[in-house]
Amino acid sequence: MKKIEAIIQPFKLDDVKEALKGIGIDGMTITEVRGHGRQKGHKEVYRGQEYNVDLLPKVKLEMVVSSTRADEVIKTLAGAARTGKIGDGKIFVYEVADAIRIRNDDRGESAL
Amino acid sequence: MVSMMKLSLKLCLLAFLLAPGAIWAQASPDLQTRLTAVEAAAKSAQSAGDNAWMLTSSALVLMMTGPGLALFYGGLVRRKNVLSTMMQSFILMAVITVIWAVVGYSFAFGGQGPFFGDLRFAFLHGVGSAPNSDYASTIPQQTFMVYQLMFAIITPALISGAFAERMKFSAMLLFMVLWALVVYSPQAHMVWGKGGLLNAALGGKYPTLDFAGGTVVHITSGVSALVCALYLGKRHGYPSDTMRPHSLVISFIGACLLWVGWFGFNAGSALGASGLASSAFVATHFGAAAAALGWVLAEWIHNGKPSILGGISGCVAGLVAITPASGFVQPFPALLIGFVAGIFCFFMVAFVKAKFRYDDSLDAFGVHGMGGTLGAILTGVFATNAVNDGFKDSAGKVLPLGLVDGHAVQILYQVIGCAIAWGLAIVGTLVILKICDVLLGVRVRKDQEIQGLDVALHGEEGYFFEA
Repeated sequence: MKKIEAIIQPFKLDDVKEALKGIGIDGMTITEVRGHGRQKGHKEVYRGQEYNVDLLPKVKLEMVVSSTRADEVIKTLAGAARTGKIGDGKIFVYEVADAIRIRNDDRGESAL
Repeated sequence: MVSMMKLSLKLCLLAFLLAPGAIWAQASPDLQTRLTAVEAAAKSAQSAGDNAWMLTSSALVLMMTGPGLALFYGGLVRRKNVLSTMMQSFILMAVITVIWAVVGYSFAFGGQGPFFGDLRFAFLHGVGSAPNSDYASTIPQQTFMVYQLMFAIITPALISGAFAERMKFSAMLLFMVLWALVVYSPQAHMVWGKGGLLNAALGGKYPTLDFAGGTVVHITSGVSALVCALYLGKRHGYPSDTMRPHSLVISFIGACLLWVGWFGFNAGSALGASGLASSAFVATHFGAAAAALGWVLAEWIHNGKPSILGGISGCVAGLVAITPASGFVQPFPALLIGFVAGIFCFFMVAFVKAKFRYDDSLDAFGVHGMGGTLGAILTGVFATNAVNDGFKDSAGKVLPLGLVDGHAVQILYQVIGCAIAWGLAIVGTLVILKICDVLLGVRVRKDQEIQGLDVALHGEEGYFFEA
């Protein structure tokens, strides 16, 4: 099993969810995060006090999928999240040791 | 025969002439009592109108503190200090009320000394439904007292903007109690109290025109704020750390409540539902509007983007500056005063503060201290008896007020009034701060400041999104 962690632009969330639903993936965890890669922030001024805001709002999606489906999921996700500009985000892939469904103790891929 | 007729004719004529007199003599007591009753009813109606407006104004001014100022300041601090900032305003609504009732009111408005009052009204003795004709002859003295109480509450609350996010709560309580007695009541007495040195209406030596508290409220609090900011020192991490307002939404709401409440603050200072109240209402509103425009324009030009923080800061600056002038100036001078104040206070906050690097966290000095001083001096320029004809000489002739009336020396009196307010604020605040520091320590520990005062001092959090 693979954990797919994607950091994307917040306005792309709906597109990505729709696309993943379209290939049968609708279990995921979504968090609002802040961060940046090479994307520059912006300047804000409060009563003369200047702030460089370089922690930009992003959305993080996490989902665990079977290893056979991982590539398909990544391709769909990236395709839906892409705008072609700096700030589109990144996807990271991790190995998952185990997965358990809390309701009935299912283990492994059947828990996904 | 003819002489009989002439006599009877004369008698008839006499009777005819005397009859109304006889009837009148019978009607006179009845008409007199009715006349007296009508006069009393008219006076009662006047009092009813005045009292209704004054009680409303009192409520409006209290609203300025809670939630107006509490929200305005609360939104400007970091999230971890939002409750402690609101608590500073709120607790004064409670504490100052008690102090005012016990001795504060008397110390401000009792007696006729030049610098402070006496204890004749201590524990509100004699303060009841009968008017105090020295101040407001158509409303109960209780109304006058409670109206003035709302001013006594908001003035120290304004100072909290300077020491936000780092002052110890216990020390703040002691500070405020002492400040109310040592700085506020004396300044209020000097400007508004009978016999006060600066009282323009009641024969003060240096008559300062201060309609609703430019010197009494804004200069005293603003200058005291600067002293506090310098004494307590900068917040940990200032100015390198990010200390952005955590909620401009909340600040916006607070600012709008301040604007609306200010009508009670200024128009209520007419102490009646009169034409003067209308005039002050209009001047107040115009001052706020023009100042908001002034600050927004200055910001637009300087920063490239107009901001809501600039808008609300501007409107407050205008309200501050128009406060001493509100019952003395025409509407278009009010616009001018507001516009100048908006730009001037923007300059104070955006440049002067950065240059001198004092941490007046919420710009109490830049807006209230300096805005109040500017407004007080401009009052000397634009005050006119065309708006306020209440100042008369011993012969009953209406006196000229400001420069526009040809009375240029008023500007000097305004400067004197400002100087005394500045001096009292600086000396009084320094002494009181020292006392509080020695007894309790005024600044929180560094770890408390970093953790945030809400949790460290009050054991609570303002927002709990996970609930």
